[in-house]
Amino acid sequence: MTVIVKKTTQIVAGMIFLYGAYVVIHGHLTPGGGFAGGVIMAGAFILVTLAFGSDFLNLKKEEAGSTATENISILMVILLSVIGLFIGAKIFFLNFLPKGTVGELVSAGVLPLYNIFVGIEVTSSIFIIFLALVIYKEEEST
Amino acid sequence: MELAISIITGLMILGAIYAIHAKDLLSAVIACGIVGYGLVICFLLLKAPDLAIVQIVVDTITLIIMVAVVLNSSREEEYSGMDSQGTINAVLGLIITIVLFYFFYNAILNLDIFGKGALRMAKAYIEGAAEKTGSANLVTGVVFDFRGYDTLGEATVLVTAVLGVIAILRLKGKK
Repeated sequence: MTVIVKKTTQIVAGMIFLYGAYVVIHGHLTPGGGFAGGVIMAGAFILVTLAFGSDFLNLKKEEAGSTATENISILMVILLSVIGLFIGAKIFFLNFLPKGTVGELVSAGVLPLYNIFVGIEVTSSIFIIFLALVIYKEEEST
Repeated sequence: MELAISIITGLMILGAIYAIHAKDLLSAVIACGIVGYGLVICFLLLKAPDLAIVQIVVDTITLIIMVAVVLNSSREEEYSGMDSQGTINAVLGLIITIVLFYFFYNAILNLDIFGKGALRMAKAYIEGAAEKTGSANLVTGVVFDFRGYDTLGEATVLVTAVLGVIAILRLKGKK
């Protein structure tokens, strides 16, 4: 890519990532949530990969890391929902943390945690699909 | 508002028809974008910002991936003339469309007026949801608390889809 694209990406990509993180963390207060914010964060990663490119081995390493992140975060979501089986009313998907005041950042019990883990999972999933399309084409040519 | 939604839906149908008939695959992909972004405006008019955010972001990422795929493959679509099988298919499609239109029209006459009235379940969700879940955003409260099983299923489906993509696209070890 040209210098203009690279310089613009350097300035913009971090802001896109921060905006995605904002949408995820404020998911229980403002519109958005884990799915929307996760795809925005994945967009930042895809922008960097498209603008700068990278050598094949580096992308391969990144794909392995993303797969691990994705599986760990979906396991954390299942773990959070199973914890409800052992605390208090003993119901699957129980909101076991104190709810706090409606409208504050730290409130709503476990809902922000679900949002954050689903956001990480969606980010790595979309990024893996993009990387798979890039990597396996290069694997064919080498 | 219903007039605006009708116009946008008509534009979306035109875009979809153009996407089928376009000679160049790149313009077909971009015509698919008309459908996605028209849906975003429909969601905003219906006061559903959560869905609009998800739709606009997913549509943009999909467009990028599709353009990358199209540029790496042959852009021209092969088109052959309509034979007898094509004529039969077209007539069958027309008949099925008319039958479905008749039944849907009769079903719509029995529905509530657009935007009026709510189901018993929806009322139970809306009343006091902020106190029950502690979440100021009703959609997050429904998605992660009332309908947590549904969301867990969606997240699992996404993981399974990614595993499937990796398994299908890999070249090493595939015979």
